Amino acid sequence: MSYEMNGSSSTDEEADLQYELEQGYAEIEQRYAVDAQQGFENVIVIDGTPIVNRDRKDRLVERLKLLFEKAGVPIDDDRIEMPWDDVAETNKGFVFLTYPTAQEAQTAQRVLNKTWFGKAHQLFANYFADIDKYTNMSSGDGALPTGYLDRPFVERENMRSWLADPLGRDQYLTLRDNDANLYWNGRNGVSEVVRKSDGKPVKNNKWGELFCQWSPLGTYLASVHWVGVALWCGPELDGANGVNVLRFTHPGIRSVSFSPCEKYLVTWSPEPLDHPSTSSNASVRMTFAPEDEGNHIVVWDIKNIRVLRTFRHEPRSDLPPGTPPQLKWSPNDKYVARLQPGSAISVYELPSMLLLDKRSLKIDGVQEFEWCPPSDADFRPSELKKEKEFMLAYWTPEAESKPARVNVMSIPSKSVLRSKNLYNVTTCHLYWHNQGKYLCVKVDRHRGKAKSKDKATYCNLEIFRVREPAIPVDVIEHKEYIPSFRWEPYGDRFAIASTSDPNYGQPIPGVMVRYNFSFYQRDTKRDDFGLIKVLEGKTGNYLGWSPKGRHLVIATLGSATKYDIEFWDMDFTTDQNVRAKEGQDPGANITQLALGEHFGINEAPAWDPSGRYLVTVASAYKPTAEPGYSLWDWRGQLLSHVQADKFKQFIWRPRPPSLLSEDQKHKVRKELKEHSRVFDEEDAAEENRGSAEMLASRLRSLAEWNAWYSKLHEKIKEGQKLFGKIVKRKDVGEMESEKVEEWVEELVDDTEEIVA
Amino acid sequence: MKPIILQGHERALTQIVYNAEGDLLFSASKDNIINVWFTSNGERLGTYNGHNGSVWSVACDSQTKYLLSGAADNTMKLWEVSTGKCLKTWEYRTAVKRVAYSADDDLILSITEQRQGQPSVIRIYRIDREAGSSQSDTPLKEIILTGSKATVAVFSPLSDFVITGHENGKVAKYDIKTGEEVKSVSPEDGEGHRAEITDMQLSPDGTYLITSSKDKTARIFDSLNIEEMKVYVTETPLNSACITPVRPYVILGGGQDAMSVTTTSQRAGKFESRFWHKIFEEEVGRVRGHFGPINTLSVHPGGKGYASGSEDGFVRVHWFDDSYFKSRPFGDLEPDLEI
Repeated sequence: MSYEMNGSSSTDEEADLQYELEQGYAEIEQRYAVDAQQGFENVIVIDGTPIVNRDRKDRLVERLKLLFEKAGVPIDDDRIEMPWDDVAETNKGFVFLTYPTAQEAQTAQRVLNKTWFGKAHQLFANYFADIDKYTNMSSGDGALPTGYLDRPFVERENMRSWLADPLGRDQYLTLRDNDANLYWNGRNGVSEVVRKSDGKPVKNNKWGELFCQWSPLGTYLASVHWVGVALWCGPELDGANGVNVLRFTHPGIRSVSFSPCEKYLVTWSPEPLDHPSTSSNASVRMTFAPEDEGNHIVVWDIKNIRVLRTFRHEPRSDLPPGTPPQLKWSPNDKYVARLQPGSAISVYELPSMLLLDKRSLKIDGVQEFEWCPPSDADFRPSELKKEKEFMLAYWTPEAESKPARVNVMSIPSKSVLRSKNLYNVTTCHLYWHNQGKYLCVKVDRHRGKAKSKDKATYCNLEIFRVREPAIPVDVIEHKEYIPSFRWEPYGDRFAIASTSDPNYGQPIPGVMVRYNFSFYQRDTKRDDFGLIKVLEGKTGNYLGWSPKGRHLVIATLGSATKYDIEFWDMDFTTDQNVRAKEGQDPGANITQLALGEHFGINEAPAWDPSGRYLVTVASAYKPTAEPGYSLWDWRGQLLSHVQADKFKQFIWRPRPPSLLSEDQKHKVRKELKEHSRVFDEEDAAEENRGSAEMLASRLRSLAEWNAWYSKLHEKIKEGQKLFGKIVKRKDVGEMESEKVEEWVEELVDDTEEIVA
Repeated sequence: MKPIILQGHERALTQIVYNAEGDLLFSASKDNIINVWFTSNGERLGTYNGHNGSVWSVACDSQTKYLLSGAADNTMKLWEVSTGKCLKTWEYRTAVKRVAYSADDDLILSITEQRQGQPSVIRIYRIDREAGSSQSDTPLKEIILTGSKATVAVFSPLSDFVITGHENGKVAKYDIKTGEEVKSVSPEDGEGHRAEITDMQLSPDGTYLITSSKDKTARIFDSLNIEEMKVYVTETPLNSACITPVRPYVILGGGQDAMSVTTTSQRAGKFESRFWHKIFEEEVGRVRGHFGPINTLSVHPGGKGYASGSEDGFVRVHWFDDSYFKSRPFGDLEPDLEI
């Protein structure tokens, strides 16, 4: 108080000075402050710029600044620094950007990372702090991250040797009781045991413990056991200890699935995992971490035999118990997605197995989703390396004031490419064409006024032509219910089985449900899908296209009286049906080639990878009268039938997609006559070889016998002479001349007369 | 090929043999009698009565003059074929399991069972073909067997050795003069048969012989060196095997053990005569008919037929059809020399 009273001018001046000083200090402090909290968070490093000399330095900086500005993160001249290599007289290929705030730097890092500078240079943006951190991080010599086991390096044998069979045959594995045997499927059902280099057949009497399964490209054979799964590879599906077998521990395992490129494996067991520290199983203790306790699904890295992540699995109430959970993979093994029924789709990035953008895709009511499958071209090495967007389709059911909806989404950008509203929907099924050309959504519908909305009575097919711009949708209304839908692989056709039989879905013994089979084809002129043929009143309930298209098998499964197998050709051309050639009636060529029967069949027929042979199996896994299998060719001719007690499985070894381009294939097709001559000769030689070998071996044993016998015979004759012991044996010729005459006397009557 | 069925025995057949001409067939049975039959029509010519136990074995000389038999009544008897008179009886302490004639008709042998502390013994006697009933009681040589007992035996073609088959699967060759074993093929060395040898028959000229065994195989051995030449692997225990003259086949017979016959169906019992190619070791055909295991097989010396005797008590005499002689299941591959 007194202060104020004592004169104003001097005190005012002091205060001003004080203020000024404070301001100055503040300014200085602000200017020279060491920002401990901020660190280098506002500095990012852009790597991958072009290397230029001094003349073009300024121009490069200008161009970079332009790019950053376009990206929405402009930078001032004095905040960009380009380190210079004085010796080479060029820049060092990276620049430092210092943004005013960490927020801006963060944005810049996100938008600039992996952008393209021109066509040749991809830029990578990283926080300066990160670079510092990772360069200084100790690599921890000897200490492996959790889940890694230190395994000595072993040279793997050729994993794809079976593709190099000179005769181009396919392999198949059979499981009878516990015995697994591997065969080559030769021409016309002549199979040959696959042999190891030492001539012993490839077989195993332990693989049949539960079941076997091939990986999608045929590289591995998975044999599933109570304690886990083993993957076998290499030319002999076995080898020196540890070379060609990979073992994955998962007690109680019930299903295995592979990623499309065979990098990852998913195993599922209905039994929750034990806590590793209390588990009695040593290998569980070694493999799993405490946080895996109670989980059911394990995602593995195959090559490192390492757990990537485990999940809990709650069985869905709308699926039969024991249905394995499905983790669905994007084409190049980059993402794996899992449905949270009704709420979300979780997309995980590989190999980190972390959620894409750290969160699940929240989709209210989502019921099902499917990735667009990889086409053959997607398996080319160059394609596999590319960063790409993948399509994923999903559907949501009707909710209050909202129609049902099918969406096609792009991952990882998460942008919806196409969506369609649907009404009166009971459920939807998503069917992708095997090359990803089309998506068909089979919409099971009920009448608007129907009491029960759970029972579908008719179907719509909504066909999304996903390869075309804006994704046009064709709608086909079908008056009957469609239990099965199949795209023709590689083709532009599909087949459906439909029925309006009231008995459908109610298994009544002795009642056969009849189905109508319809074939649709893309009409290029009208640019939609048109019906080309209907087969009415069939008992068959299974539709199977050959993996190469064109041929089709219709089988009757699960019946106690009918075991029919029908073979159909979609393009059967003869001189008689010329109309089809002229394109007037595309359905005229659809011809039944044969009708076969396999008594007791209880498994879906399986085509070999070439589409030339079909196997039908009566498996002892399910009740059947006659376990065994039949091998047919595509014409429906029965090549062989094997009946064996406790016969369980017949599985064709898959092949990876062809490496030839369409042009190369076309060329081969054009020069087929040239090529086939070589094969015809080989076939003829093959046919003769079996008998020739046999003949040679018989000739050999005959010659040996003759030589031995004549020598011994002489010796004995000499001996007999020496001892004077000539055997008094009758000559065969003498005996031949002998005739036995037989007199048969028959007493006709015997009467006694007394002669007086 | 319709067989002639001989129904003259009440119990299982043990051994049947053709005479050298092939017009007669002798059959021995567990019902204590030996029958002789005309092979042309199956008519019975006569019976040799006198044994008081199962007749285990019969042998006939090359002149069809004398018949030799061994039985469970611990005797070996010599019979006159034409009259049915018993000329001579040798008595032992145990059953006679096998008898054999040498190719030159001068020697006979008997194998007695190993039982009640008695060893299995092979006795070789000289037969005087003119002497009739006054035959020597003392054997020319006694070979007392140590180790596995002998079940079957034949004389070597030059009558200087005896070739035996044993209970453990061993095939051995003994020198008649010394009684020493000179050569053997034994399962103890991991060779030859693995189980009891059930039959042994010589080839027509004696150069080789066939053995059948409970180990489900039949084998051909060279009669000089006892070297295994061929193996025929079947899926049933074999009781008998013979070598057909003229055509390059062997005939094998057997079936489930008599003990388990009642529990097996006829089809599963595998009571068939099997024809195998002698050289290629491949089966070429089967003849069915018996409803019990085949115990004994014999082939017509001229290769014109064969007979089988079974546990079911029947003998089936088969005469081969023309097709048998003409058929060439392996094309033109035929041995050079065949007797």
